[in-house]
Amino acid sequence: MDFINNTLAVFPALLVAVPVVVQLALGAMVLALVLGLLIALARISSIKILRGIATFYLEVIRGTPLLVQLVYIFFVLPSIGVEIEPVPAGILGLGLNYAAYLSEVFRSAILSVEHGQTEAALSLGYTPTKTLWKVVIPQSFVVSMGPIGNYFIAMIKDTALTSVIAVTEILKTANILNSQTFQTTAIYTAAAILYLIISLPLSRVVVVLERKARSSG
Amino acid sequence: MADDTIINVRDVHKTFVSETKRPLWSRLTGRAHVQKRVEVLKGVDLTVHRGETVAILGSSGSGKSTLLRCINKLETIEAGRIYVNGHLIGYEEKDGELISEKASITAKKRTDIGMVFQQFNLFLNKTALGNVMAPLRDVKKMSATAAREIAIPTLELVGLGDKMENYPSKLSGGQKQRVAIARALAMEPSVMLFDEPTSALDPELVGEVLAVIKKIAQQGTTMVIVTHEMQFAREIADRIVVMDQGVIVEQGPPEAIFTRPQHPKTKALLSRSGMIPRESTDS
Ligand SMILES: Nc1ncnc2c1ncn2[C@@H]1O[C@H](COP(=O)(O)OP(=O)(O)OP(=O)(O)O)[C@@H](O)[C@H]1O
Ligand SMILES: [Mg+2]
Repeated sequence: MDFINNTLAVFPALLVAVPVVVQLALGAMVLALVLGLLIALARISSIKILRGIATFYLEVIRGTPLLVQLVYIFFVLPSIGVEIEPVPAGILGLGLNYAAYLSEVFRSAILSVEHGQTEAALSLGYTPTKTLWKVVIPQSFVVSMGPIGNYFIAMIKDTALTSVIAVTEILKTANILNSQTFQTTAIYTAAAILYLIISLPLSRVVVVLERKARSSG
Repeated sequence: MADDTIINVRDVHKTFVSETKRPLWSRLTGRAHVQKRVEVLKGVDLTVHRGETVAILGSSGSGKSTLLRCINKLETIEAGRIYVNGHLIGYEEKDGELISEKASITAKKRTDIGMVFQQFNLFLNKTALGNVMAPLRDVKKMSATAAREIAIPTLELVGLGDKMENYPSKLSGGQKQRVAIARALAMEPSVMLFDEPTSALDPELVGEVLAVIKKIAQQGTTMVIVTHEMQFAREIADRIVVMDQGVIVEQGPPEAIFTRPQHPKTKALLSRSGMIPRESTDS
């Protein structure tokens, strides 16, 4: 039973990193939601240049690994004079990356709102802009809840990647502990369990959100 | 133009242009797309006076929906003029040319035109009450209290006083259409346009919707109804308009149209729906 005791003993040291993970995930999610909505709007816009820029952004982000993007922000940007602290760099990297994926969620949700509702709104005197913000976007948010939740959980797990840009999140903390105590099995088992403890309840919440979204539709 | 003219449609032309991809080989050797042009309205004139109920009849594809949709600029037009309450709809006129106007100006003019669609088109994320209140709040900028004071009696008028908190998914087709009618009516438009309001309904639900339309017609609301319900049109319309292939072929009081149709297309339409005995007419 040494293994279990050792694993339990590591937890307090790892828990210190949880606030960092929360900070990363929440910060990056807010950035991804705002930017993702803007990209989605650009992609359905009637202005060709906006559509072009948004599509280009999407292709670049989806065509390169998140790990490379993080490394690029943290190690390459300083060479052109842009120095960013580890945690803000992590938030920026995760946020920019997830914005691309969330924009696709928003775009398909916006397109899924029946055209008939748009026409009804116009016929009632809504301007096109007001139709978008008052009729289409509120409904697409409801449809997007489930997918957004799933991306949020994926993002929490992806915070582990920021360990390579010197963010002392869970994995980095585990690495440091390991180099000091060499209790490799106990430490990384504890780290894995900690991720599970965070993500399992969240996936239950997502299931409930998805059920809600379906029943209101 | 007489003072009581609500809708004034003058020589309106509408052509749909659709682009279809040509087959691969033709694309390699020439243009990638072919333009298909269909002239759907070929010079339509229509006048509707205050308080009048006009029913538009016509076979499928004759341009009835398109005409209705042009009246509140859900479709563009190439030529002609459409006035509602004296306002030119959707365009500015400059040196005899039509120029598209700003969307916000069109939106303002549309508040004066109510429209009821075949597919109801309710806001699915709002209750019956929420649907009726939404445009009052969002477009007319009313307070919640003021909007509710208008929405509740309007829903009661269409017989839905006990369904106000239901979402559309918890309403029957007939109830949904009555909410849609209440939503348009609550904006107090000068005219209500109905595009086949009962065509998407189960037969047993048609009656309740027609009854509501009849009720608001009797209250003096100006309305234009596209319908295939001949008997209903005959009952409530002050005037019947018959369209065929993009033009109005005949119009007049229901009694005249139904008992002494003049145009062969009118005769064909009426005999096909069993309103007049079948006789030898050209198709
Ligand atoms: N968006 C569009 N693009 C191309 N053609 C169209 C479009 N909308 C309608 N049409 C064509 O215009 C013609 C008239 O259509 P419209 O819907 O006005 O007819 P309608 O009289 O309302 O017929 P129905 O009784 O079937 O509703 C039809 O031939 C139709 O195929
Ligand atoms: Mg039609």
